[in-house]
Amino acid sequence: MKLHTISINNLRRRKAKMAFLTIGLMVGIATIVTLVTLTTSMSSDIGKKMDEFGANILIMPQSNDLSMSYGGISLGRVTFDQREIRQEDLVRITTIKNSKNVLAVSPKVLGGVRLGGKDALLVGVDFDSELKMKQWWRVFGEVPKKEGEVLLGSTAADSAHLTPGDTVQVAGKPFTVAGVLEQTGSQDDSLVFMPLAGAQKLLGKEGRITLVEVAALCSGCPIGDMVVQIAEKLPEAKVTAIQQVVESRLKALDHFRRFAYAVAGVVIFIGSLIVFVTMMGSVTERTTEIGVFRAIGFRRGHIMRIILLEAALVSLLAGVLGYAAGMGGAKLALPFMAESKDAALVWDTTVMAGSIALSLIVGMLASLYPALHASRMDPTEALRAL
Amino acid sequence: MTLIRIENLKKHYVSGDETVEALRGVDLAIEAGEFVTIMGQSGSGKSTLLSVLGGMNHPTAGTVEMAGIQLYELPGERLADFRAVNLGFVFQSFHLIQYLTALENVMLPLAIIKMKKAEKLQAAMEALERVGLAGKADRLPNQLSGGEQERVAIARAIVKKPPILLADEPTGNLDTKTSEEVMELFRRLNDEGQTVVMVTHNPENCAYADRSIHLRDGVVAEERKAAAIARSAA
Repeated sequence: MKLHTISINNLRRRKAKMAFLTIGLMVGIATIVTLVTLTTSMSSDIGKKMDEFGANILIMPQSNDLSMSYGGISLGRVTFDQREIRQEDLVRITTIKNSKNVLAVSPKVLGGVRLGGKDALLVGVDFDSELKMKQWWRVFGEVPKKEGEVLLGSTAADSAHLTPGDTVQVAGKPFTVAGVLEQTGSQDDSLVFMPLAGAQKLLGKEGRITLVEVAALCSGCPIGDMVVQIAEKLPEAKVTAIQQVVESRLKALDHFRRFAYAVAGVVIFIGSLIVFVTMMGSVTERTTEIGVFRAIGFRRGHIMRIILLEAALVSLLAGVLGYAAGMGGAKLALPFMAESKDAALVWDTTVMAGSIALSLIVGMLASLYPALHASRMDPTEALRAL
Repeated sequence: MTLIRIENLKKHYVSGDETVEALRGVDLAIEAGEFVTIMGQSGSGKSTLLSVLGGMNHPTAGTVEMAGIQLYELPGERLADFRAVNLGFVFQSFHLIQYLTALENVMLPLAIIKMKKAEKLQAAMEALERVGLAGKADRLPNQLSGGEQERVAIARAIVKKPPILLADEPTGNLDTKTSEEVMELFRRLNDEGQTVVMVTHNPENCAYADRSIHLRDGVVAEERKAAAIARSAA
């Protein structure tokens, strides 16, 4: 017989009351786990999209341009002092502090060419990097592996009536169509792609780069910092983050996160009130029992330990059940909340440990006053018979 | 040897504008191994006297000395510790913990002391044997009769072998036959050396005691020794 025997036996006897207490706290914990897991999973989903789908940093040569207007009529922008990026400088990107967050660096050279008698935009790319960045590309045929081969966008191929294996004149030189892109719905559909070195030679821009797209693994990386770091390494280039869409999604998610935490706060407050009221009721109900404990020599500390141990056991159970129920709720809700249908639920041990710890803290804090109240009971008053 | 010495004990309760004088100067000395009953009508102050003796009710004035210790001069939780070591309580309504078995109820006072589990178990079983309930150790209180519950309460009170056993109307809820059995038990415990102080309103219980003290209006009105009690009973 030890003090915990009393606590455990009391919990066993008052099953209905303890179930009510457990459920009260469990609902609060489950709500928090659901909301936290949902926001984490949704953030992860958006981050994953950022990682998988395309560039999120754009590097272009510095240029000075002026916005021209005359008599209220806009004449567009006039560019002067056009600079260039040297291909050899791109290696500096790998030396930035957050280089581990760089998934792919895709340099490009652009220029206008004649494709089978029509004007087209030629893009010289490093196909390894480009394919890593544009994982949604589907190629009919092959990706160009050597000079003398091109990859055509679907519209470009259609308008010139070309299919893989055909030969086509590009800037007056014969090239083999290695592959044709499946329609993407982007500007890629009307472009002509060929290996970077070949395009540079064809356009007379050896060693020069028109623009660089960088894909950063940004589910957790500070993209703003990375932009600054790259700009420091390439002072002659203009570095910008293409993250407006993602930012707005993240901002919306941030609003949801704040709302979720506010809701969770209210729910946990109600949960703690339930614990407080139930424990106070339990203590009042056990007045005589506490009087007996005090009469036979239990110290105030012993009484507190009995009550707090009961609270701890109930809170622990509520924490475990709350985590399980919360994860179940998040699993059910995620398909309706996340942008992609295959969004994965994030199983985080920190959330599990945190939810159990939170349950214990809330349960113990809410039981502290009832425990104190019990320990301060006058044994004579408690027993009355004496 | 005097085990309990009470001098000029007063206890006043304030109820609204009224002050109730429950004890108005009680002087009493109880020897070690004595069986004393405290009699009196309702409101005579007997229950108050027992609660003061039990270290649970601070007196308004006067001193209570037990085993050479001034009870109400003990600081803080030392009074609880004193109760744990020196006093055993038997309550009128048994006050057994309903969710604990008879054995666990008896072991309750041992929950707060460092002792091996086997030793606690042995002490509790011995106490149950002394009250004749070893065979019902695993029963819950609601599976026991009133007399059996009272005997479990007595076993709980004596399990730590305290020098003083305080009982408040232990036969108040029992029929005549069971009351006699319980009083026989108290007598037997006293014969084994246990000091017993019992509050009772039943004059027949005084026949089991060495001495009976009658309280009236908060003061000791009469004291009778065993011989006188026997004459009175006859």
